[in-house]
Amino acid sequence: MESRSRQFKANTLAALSNPGLQQNMRQAKGKFVDKRAKSIRELDDFDGTRTAAAAIRNRVLDNLDLWLEKFEASASARGATVLWAKDADEICRHVVDIARRHEVKKTVKSKSMLSEEAGLNLALEAAGIQPVETDLGEYILQINNNEAPSHIIAPVVHKSLDEVADLFEKVHGTPRKTEITALTREAREVLRSHFLTADMGISGGNFLVAETGSVALVTNEGNGRMVTTLPRVHVVITGIEKVIPTLEDLSTLMRLLPRSATGQSISNYVSVLTGTQAAGDLDGPEHLYYILVDNGRADLIGSEFQDMLRCIRCGACMNHCPVYQTIGGHAYGWVYPGPMGAVLTPLYTGLENALDLPHAATLCNQCGVVCPVKIPLPELLRKLREKQVERGLRPQGERRAFKFWARLAASPTLYALAAWFGVRYLKQLAGGRKTITSFSLVPEWMLGRDFPAPEGKTFRELYAERGEKK
Amino acid sequence: MRAALFVTCLVDLMRPRIGFAALELLEAAGCEVVVPATQTCCGQPAWNSGDHCAAVTLAKKVIAEFEGYDYVVAPSGSCADHIRNEYPKILAAEPEWLARAVTLSGQVFELTDFLVNVVKLERVPGHFAGSVTYHDSCTGLRSLGIKAQPRALLAQLPGVELKEMRAAEDCCGFGGAFSIKFGAVSAAIAERKCNNAVATEADAIVGGDLGCLLNIEGKLRRLGDDRTPVLHIAEVLTAK
Repeated sequence: MESRSRQFKANTLAALSNPGLQQNMRQAKGKFVDKRAKSIRELDDFDGTRTAAAAIRNRVLDNLDLWLEKFEASASARGATVLWAKDADEICRHVVDIARRHEVKKTVKSKSMLSEEAGLNLALEAAGIQPVETDLGEYILQINNNEAPSHIIAPVVHKSLDEVADLFEKVHGTPRKTEITALTREAREVLRSHFLTADMGISGGNFLVAETGSVALVTNEGNGRMVTTLPRVHVVITGIEKVIPTLEDLSTLMRLLPRSATGQSISNYVSVLTGTQAAGDLDGPEHLYYILVDNGRADLIGSEFQDMLRCIRCGACMNHCPVYQTIGGHAYGWVYPGPMGAVLTPLYTGLENALDLPHAATLCNQCGVVCPVKIPLPELLRKLREKQVERGLRPQGERRAFKFWARLAASPTLYALAAWFGVRYLKQLAGGRKTITSFSLVPEWMLGRDFPAPEGKTFRELYAERGEKK
Repeated sequence: MRAALFVTCLVDLMRPRIGFAALELLEAAGCEVVVPATQTCCGQPAWNSGDHCAAVTLAKKVIAEFEGYDYVVAPSGSCADHIRNEYPKILAAEPEWLARAVTLSGQVFELTDFLVNVVKLERVPGHFAGSVTYHDSCTGLRSLGIKAQPRALLAQLPGVELKEMRAAEDCCGFGGAFSIKFGAVSAAIAERKCNNAVATEADAIVGGDLGCLLNIEGKLRRLGDDRTPVLHIAEVLTAK
């Protein structure tokens, strides 16, 4: 997917002036945050479970190559073919090759953010293969001119019921419906025929289990089961970091994933799929492929950003982020929004292509305290800022201003002098009022706020005066 | 016991009265208070903007100025956290400085935390009558566990009624340089905070970090509220 992260600032302004989006984001916040808070109370030791989950993920990441080999061996032994993709192009090439090999005309997809990284739908269409998204949210986006998702688990969180009603009426050519159940029934009727006529299913993978060679899928709509069991061919596309050692580890992570994501104790469907259809099996694909994707991940191993690879894609960080809640996911400009996206986008698409994202955070650490695998997101954002400075990627004016300030702060005499002038200047700007309403030095601050006036003398002056009086 | 007051640069420049209020509270708690004269800034803006070099310089400066006292107290969770939890990271590569940072780390406290948990102040000197709503600043709350301490101190004032706002723990949108880089987003977040605070109909909005308070006050005034005072908790606890 092409990145629009360079336009982040403009994207935020567009988002702020979109009243429909603002309304939809307000509703989403309440839903996600409250439900999660309630569901984590079911666990006796939520924090201990987070620690255990982080340890499971770290154990894998510390020896990722070995765990991937183990997974490959287990999966191959159960009849699957394991393929490796280093980048987006290679993902698309593998999928198109597989489709051609099995004479696939149509493929049904359940949700896969990796396929968004790859821009897979466009590549399939270009190769003459029809991709049909079957996750309701992804389906809505696909029939809306392949719009991008704005959230990793709730791709249409930015849309209202009315917008979906309008879209279905237009695209399906049916009478407009406004009941959610009627809309989902209509989508189900459209999708059912695709499930029955598709030759290939494409899914993501929430976890890969090394000991059994299985993929675990966490879904709510049931489309994942259809995609992975009805067609002859099943292709799993997922990141190399998604491997975990054992099924026991899966049970630990599953205590956290649905609760952190949607506030559910358990998702409606949890599928653990292992191998191709064997003699006597009632279902399962004839051919099973795993495409395990690097696309920037391997570079993070052993780096100061390795912690980011623990991510299990729950979305809690964005659901709780004051910035995401205010601007929605599209503003971030690439596949992954919110705090995790602000870390991943520069790492996967290049620091220079997403300069704003690491700065688009108040470092409030709400993301860090809700993360089920304890990723120190604010610290990673700060390190990305440091990388930008090291590589000379910050604007010159900003660097000069910071250097000037740092020099002042390091010299008490200069600092006191500058402070003496500064507070008097500001006091004068305020002209006797409580706040300054026009202040060209900080135009961004003044966009939506006044600047409170200082008292007029510094603490150090007043403290010295007090000493003299005594 | 000797306590050094870390005034913080924002208080020095914008609200000296908060510094004097902190001084009064520490003296009321029986401390001999020292105000090191050469202090400037803890260096958090440099560290958060990715300027490792300046962050190191300022960390060393603060350590040299503030080591040797029994305690160091700051009327800000954000600055106290920076000294306590970030200095050891900033100076990790220099063992001698790291050791000094770690020692100082154990001595530095946010003001309300110090008053409640270290000196166990039982009678605050102020007289404040009216209702207040309290904004929990992010760093104090999530890195230092500042939540019950300010409320315990407010409860010592018989005339104060605490009216909790919705989402008191949500960020106000300040975020230091964030507020001057993404002003529109920052102000939109601040507006939610102001709306939640104003909805309590409290007489004053109170918090423990001046950055947040200036942000909230700036937004409140722009929204046309010229009346509701936005106060640091030290001002409330020493009000005459």
